[in-house]
Amino acid sequence: MSMRLEKRATGSAAALLLAPIGAVLFTLLVSSVLVWWAGAAVTQTYGLLLKGGFGSVFALSETLTRAIPLILTGLAVTVAFKARLFNIGAEGQLYVGALAAVAVGGMHGGSGFDLPPMMLFALMLLASSLAGALLLLGPALLRARMGVDEVVTTLLLNFIVLLFVSMMLDGPMKDPTAMGWPQSVALLGDLELSKLVSQTRLHSGLIGACVLALLVWAMLKYTVFGFDIRAVGANARAAAFAGVPVTRTVVLTAMLSGALAGLAGAVEVAGRTSYVTLDMSPGYGYTGIVIAMLAALHPLGVVAASVFVAGMLVGADSMSRAVGVPTFIADVIVAASLIAVLVATLLTQYRVRWK
Amino acid sequence: MIELFDMLAQPDFWIAVLRIATPLILGTLGVLLCERAGVLNLGIEGIMVAGAFAGWLAVYGGAPLWAGVAVAAAIGAVFGLLHAFLTVGLALSQHVSGLGITLLATALSYYGYRVSFPKVSTPPTVTPFANMDWLGIPILAQQTPLTLLALLLVPILGYVLYRTPVGLAIRMVGENPAAAEGQGVSVAFVRTGAIVAGSAVMGIAGAFLTLSAFNAFFFNMVNGRGWICVALVVFASWRPGKALLGALLFAFFDALQLRLQQSGGSTLPYQMYLMLPYVLSIVALVLVARKASYPQALMKPYRKGER
Amino acid sequence: MTDPVLQLTHITKRFGPLVANDDISLQLHAGEVLALLGENGAGKSTLVSILFGHYLADAGRITVFGRPLEPGDPKAALAAGIGMVHQHFTLADNLTVLENIMMGSESLWQVFTNRRAAQMRLRDVAQRFGLQVDANALIGSLSVGERQRVEILKALYRGARILILDEPTAVLTPGESEALFDVLAQMVAQGLSIIFISHKLAEVLRVSHRVAVLRGGKLVAQAAAASTTQEQLAQWMVGHTVDPPRARPARNVGEPVCTLDAVSAGQGRERLEQASLELRAGEIVAIAGVSGNGQTTLAELLCGTRKASSGALRLLGEPMPDRPAQLVAMGVARIPEDRHAVGVVGDLPVWENAVSERLHSSVFSRGPWIRRRKAREHAQRVITTFDVRGGGAAVAARALSGGNMQKLILGRALLHPDSDDTNRMPPRLIIAHQPSWGLDIGAVGYVQDQLIAARDAGAAVLLISDDLDEVLAMGDRIAVMHAGHLSEALPAGQWSRETIGLAMAGAPNEAAA
Repeated sequence: MSMRLEKRATGSAAALLLAPIGAVLFTLLVSSVLVWWAGAAVTQTYGLLLKGGFGSVFALSETLTRAIPLILTGLAVTVAFKARLFNIGAEGQLYVGALAAVAVGGMHGGSGFDLPPMMLFALMLLASSLAGALLLLGPALLRARMGVDEVVTTLLLNFIVLLFVSMMLDGPMKDPTAMGWPQSVALLGDLELSKLVSQTRLHSGLIGACVLALLVWAMLKYTVFGFDIRAVGANARAAAFAGVPVTRTVVLTAMLSGALAGLAGAVEVAGRTSYVTLDMSPGYGYTGIVIAMLAALHPLGVVAASVFVAGMLVGADSMSRAVGVPTFIADVIVAASLIAVLVATLLTQYRVRWK
Repeated sequence: MIELFDMLAQPDFWIAVLRIATPLILGTLGVLLCERAGVLNLGIEGIMVAGAFAGWLAVYGGAPLWAGVAVAAAIGAVFGLLHAFLTVGLALSQHVSGLGITLLATALSYYGYRVSFPKVSTPPTVTPFANMDWLGIPILAQQTPLTLLALLLVPILGYVLYRTPVGLAIRMVGENPAAAEGQGVSVAFVRTGAIVAGSAVMGIAGAFLTLSAFNAFFFNMVNGRGWICVALVVFASWRPGKALLGALLFAFFDALQLRLQQSGGSTLPYQMYLMLPYVLSIVALVLVARKASYPQALMKPYRKGER
Repeated sequence: MTDPVLQLTHITKRFGPLVANDDISLQLHAGEVLALLGENGAGKSTLVSILFGHYLADAGRITVFGRPLEPGDPKAALAAGIGMVHQHFTLADNLTVLENIMMGSESLWQVFTNRRAAQMRLRDVAQRFGLQVDANALIGSLSVGERQRVEILKALYRGARILILDEPTAVLTPGESEALFDVLAQMVAQGLSIIFISHKLAEVLRVSHRVAVLRGGKLVAQAAAASTTQEQLAQWMVGHTVDPPRARPARNVGEPVCTLDAVSAGQGRERLEQASLELRAGEIVAIAGVSGNGQTTLAELLCGTRKASSGALRLLGEPMPDRPAQLVAMGVARIPEDRHAVGVVGDLPVWENAVSERLHSSVFSRGPWIRRRKAREHAQRVITTFDVRGGGAAVAARALSGGNMQKLILGRALLHPDSDDTNRMPPRLIIAHQPSWGLDIGAVGYVQDQLIAARDAGAAVLLISDDLDEVLAMGDRIAVMHAGHLSEALPAGQWSRETIGLAMAGAPNEAAA
């Protein structure tokens, strides 16, 4: 017995929209088995999950707070994947961005630069973006010049960066007031992002992230560079024929993607943690990949997907406390959704024939 | 410098090298098998986690150690089958499918662990494989049977790839699937088989961590070893013998940096030593990039009947 | 008359609207060499692919040695004794000769490969047919002729009694071709029957017993080789057009727009050797020739996607720029050979494709921003003027039919954004590479009319086509490309259909010498 794929004659826009939704529903069905394994009631669990993620002002604020770095890493991955550049290093780029933010806004801001807070803030963001951009530039150039696959190099860099952060936290960037706890010097209070809703952790980084999503969307749709990215990602040969500078586009895309991920680190520091710690990112860089695929590489879809995933993660935390189902159920749901969405999207374009 | 030679002269050092190399040998062989058939399997990191967890859980539940290894292999095979379905059957992106499987397998394992042990502060342990003292050979005698398995798998895989019809078929579908199809060999069948077998070996690599190197399951246990195996395969030019060499070389540097850390003979922060394995992997990739003779059909999805 | 070893009855195969094989019935007898002759696109490769099981026919039956053949399964074809030597070799460069040949001949469940037996068998087969190979050499290290020998041995090793050779001499030197013919003689002596596909007339007559000619998917003639001539074959192969070509000669031939001076580029099969050519305003130079003789390299050079390795190219008196954007800005209109892979970015909408060549210039961009309104207006003009149908400007280019996609590409190349009714602004130079390929009659006529109109407005046109009718109808001057060499471009009146056909096939051309 074998399977064979046949392209469908007519695509359907409705199908394309329903595919992710159908896939997610399918995933929830499957993860019910896991919930049952944990000995909890399925509907109660999902109810708590939804309530924990979206059911109150506080829950919503937590979800949106969690969504902020996801939007940014999701955008980073989206931009890169649009050009067929597989940036799996968003995690590392986030961390170097966070380090750069503290380096400019914590250490030198406090003892070196004599600049008004607004300028320092801008400098901080610039430094973070640059740090992330440069980190991805290496693998991008290795691919363009030497044909080294960027997937493995960006992956390995993540581990190197994490160790580098640990080194910095033990040494030059160590917080002298933390009594041995590995965290960095704090960010200047002036540079912290203000809260959107009082008594919650939701900060104005959300506005920045959403604005960036709009900017990325506008860039892809309305600028020549956006066209170059889309053309190179879709068909590099035809793009070259049309006069698109392929290598230059890939390199610039890499820098933009890395910058976005670096900004995720800066925003986390400035909005949520104020310090750099080793565990400040529970895999946001990798989750960004899932979000980008769930959003079908659409920048505005990234915002929606981020809220969904953040809701799952936050909801799982509170649900777990109540019912005892481990928080990892959220990770399972997210990972399974990814695979299900891929399959569902494929099925909208192809029919499967069994022989 | 003299301390270095002293260090190298001690059998303890080489015992550590071989122990560190074992999961790398197994993992690299697993990736090698998949890539020889033309399919990139980035699910290795997750499959190793799943193999580590499943094998350990089986033994914790009372099964004998080798049954645990078998369970780990079976889990690997199941995820391999999923990867084969997605990449061979549906011709989806091999990158995304593999990454999705890593995320899924890891999440499932962590979930399963927490469900099974909700309130533990220290990880529960099992009795791991014992050293093979009955084997008279030095250095090898202080290893566990899984290391012997890894070492034996190298010539076995070499034999299969180069001296059996199925091995030739695997190599052919990785080089020119149209040629294979034209000579009556089903590309889908061979690729699926290779992926499943390779993933099973990856599962065993994971089991080594929980049933041999350590005796319990920790989060972040695999810690990027899977990705290092992917780099090592390129370094090994897709040959089992060179894979063994690459793994040993890598383990040598890893053991070295551990020793250097411990001996405290340097002012460098310990993190720089820990970085070494990953940096070396990148360097290895860059070095062989130009002259890498990839299996020519690697990462190109094959749709039957499309010419 | 003995029973045929192979019988094809009413074989028909369609690819979408294109009928590749149209009700073909053919027989092959034991010990016979049957040549299958026809131009590119005549349906020869499709027919044998059906025979070998790579494609499934829409209608018709095949009988081999009296037994019906299971369609669509190479394994069945192999078991029935049919072997195929493909035009594009299916060999693995990184494996050895022996490995490539024996792959698939042993059961996958067998525990060890009997290399020694295989080697002996290979030596046996090789000796029987006079084919020398080093069993342990890597394919990647072999010359083209040696690789072909391996392909042949692959089929013979599996015990083929009927052998199909698809354009075997297309990649061989004259010396290697001779060696091949010796091998064919050996095979026939050993009782094999052979189908020999070619478009080269001389060797067809030399090697085969019978010749079958395909044209436009139909079987148009069969004859014994001994009783026909090259001229007759050429006539069958290219056919007579129903309407005589309308003579639309150039009126106002002007200055040279583009010159090539001993230009070489590329390597291997598609290399270009020392090509010299002059393209003048108001004139169409048509290059005839079978695809794969270097035309792609020439086109890529002039379209800015390939650099010359030697020689000089000049455009409007200056050295010719080698980047697409610059060429377009200087008035070069480019129509590539492969619309799907190179002509359009399929996933992007029609309107973006309509302006893609000029997007980086100030015509359609202001700083970093696309001048969307202007771009969409121009795209709509292109769609309207060139009658591009298929859903409008926002539809993905991929969704267009071949003809409409070609019209889009044509419009993009020929319609200048700043032109209007009073100021037409035709391009200075048009490079049209197989512009009519795969189009129906109506679309073909449209494309040709556009090119002629552009010429009459003063453009220099280079038309590369393997359709001889088109070359004769369109070319003011005609050159022929063969094996990387470009002949002199002579006025159309100095060629005849027969002399061009012969030159295309590599025969010496006394008339034009």
